Amino acid sequence: MMTAATGPRIREAVRPFLFLAPALVITAAVIILPAVQTLWMSLHDYVLFRPDDVPFVGLGNFIKALGDEVFWLSLVNSFVWIAACVGLQFLLGLGTALLLNQSFWWRGLARALVIIPWALPSVIIGLMWTWMYDLNLGVINDVLLRAGLISTPVAWLARPDTALASVVLALVWQGFPFFAVMILAGLQTIPDEHYEAAEIDGATRWQQFRFVTLPALKGVIATALLLRIIWVANSLDVILVMTGGGPGFATHTLPLYAFLKAYSAMEFGYGAALALMLAALLLVVVAGYVRRIAKEEVR
Amino acid sequence: MIERRSALRRLIEVELPILVIIAFALAPYLWMILTSIKPDAELTRAPITYLPGAATLDHYRTLLGRTSFGGNLVNSLIVALGTVALGLAVSVPAAYAFSRFRFPGRKWLLVQFLTINMIPVVLLIIPLFVLMRKLGLLDTHAGIVLGHATFAIPFSVWMMTSYFNALPMELDEAATMDGASRMETLLKVILPLALPGIVTTGIYIFVTSWNEYLFAMMLSGQSVRTVTVALQLFIGEFTVQWGLLTAGGTLVAIPVTILFLVVQKRLVGGLTAGAVKS
Repeated sequence: MMTAATGPRIREAVRPFLFLAPALVITAAVIILPAVQTLWMSLHDYVLFRPDDVPFVGLGNFIKALGDEVFWLSLVNSFVWIAACVGLQFLLGLGTALLLNQSFWWRGLARALVIIPWALPSVIIGLMWTWMYDLNLGVINDVLLRAGLISTPVAWLARPDTALASVVLALVWQGFPFFAVMILAGLQTIPDEHYEAAEIDGATRWQQFRFVTLPALKGVIATALLLRIIWVANSLDVILVMTGGGPGFATHTLPLYAFLKAYSAMEFGYGAALALMLAALLLVVVAGYVRRIAKEEVR
Repeated sequence: MIERRSALRRLIEVELPILVIIAFALAPYLWMILTSIKPDAELTRAPITYLPGAATLDHYRTLLGRTSFGGNLVNSLIVALGTVALGLAVSVPAAYAFSRFRFPGRKWLLVQFLTINMIPVVLLIIPLFVLMRKLGLLDTHAGIVLGHATFAIPFSVWMMTSYFNALPMELDEAATMDGASRMETLLKVILPLALPGIVTTGIYIFVTSWNEYLFAMMLSGQSVRTVTVALQLFIGEFTVQWGLLTAGGTLVAIPVTILFLVVQKRLVGGLTAGAVKS
């Protein structure tokens, strides 16, 4: 046992990495390597059906995007999409959480049922909403006609002025339970004494909400908003299923445009550049989220 | 008197609004199920009828008997179970290392696992498609499982690390005193105690993989098509056959709804732990 002193020490130093190795190797292969390849592709004029002729174009793809009208349309749509989806999901989620935090006899059931939209696949969500928006046989037109709110059926997903809002509604439906659940968990950590004290001080219910509830929820809300912005900004499958980006470019968002360029047009280089521009725009949000979580969780 | 007034007030201010919200949350789902049991004659007739005049399982029979949907369900099951197996097998030891060992770069690495989970999917799928084609893994279950590993591994490393962190270090120390190696400690002492966390993480991976569309669509062809991809293709093929489509949607949605409801409490605890602390 000559290496009695150094042997165990080396083993000690290497051991964590043996435990980590499988995760690190697979992650490197399926995430890091593809991400680097995307970077490489973005600098080349890479078209799938011309694999042997891949000229280096430098920042050409990015410059091309700046002059591409559809890119700008997609970018504007992305901002509208994120603001509308996340904003409405948040407001509805907050309201739901405040209600679910009250006591009533079927509260447990209500808390379970409300999260159901969260569990469903995007394709099914796209499918059920497309069916509900159907021009002649859709339940939404039927209800609105019966209520006298519209006089003729509306082709919600086929009209440029209603398509984006219609898809937003489907995503709000899918996403508000996430906010409800996160905020409810936050509400449950606020001690009753804080409300009692506020009541003794004569605070109205609005004041209690404004000065007790909201400050206590600040952290949860910030984390949930950041996480959801990232998620909504990246999500394209519900739009893909419901409208495919149309009519025209009315529901094109940046990730969808990048995907369509790469998948349908086979312009991998340009698609990669668009995807990277999305990632760059999200960088600030991701950094904010990671910093918040890392501060709380990583010890 | 006051009792009754406050009960009425609660009904109007809390129970009625929450009832409206629950109705909003469930209505599209219920509408899908109702559509799937209506005969075609009722589905194509305007003005629409709300409740089925004569409920039927015809659409389910056609779907499972005359289309490839049964096979698609099996493919989704294989892919989801494979993703759970791969995800847990590699992330449980990794999470154990993050939780129990102190080594240079530990915090940095752990944060990277969180960060890579935020990389836009659209940034990864094209190179993954090229990579899988080179490896001959296109249109195989393994290829899709590897695609799904992109979200399963970072997520479960993160979840499992926080579950392991909740178990006291003294357990490991006692096991080491008794002469157990680190691997033995993990397998015999820590794993049984972390089982609820592992099951929750596993079910969440299963649901996410079962629900996933983009990777499955890019990486699969004729032979290993999953249900989400098949349904999306059906939407193009059978534009007007909403009975079939909603029957398929119902078959896909019900298992994940049940799984989600089973784990929801613990999952919510795990997902929100980081956000609620502070």
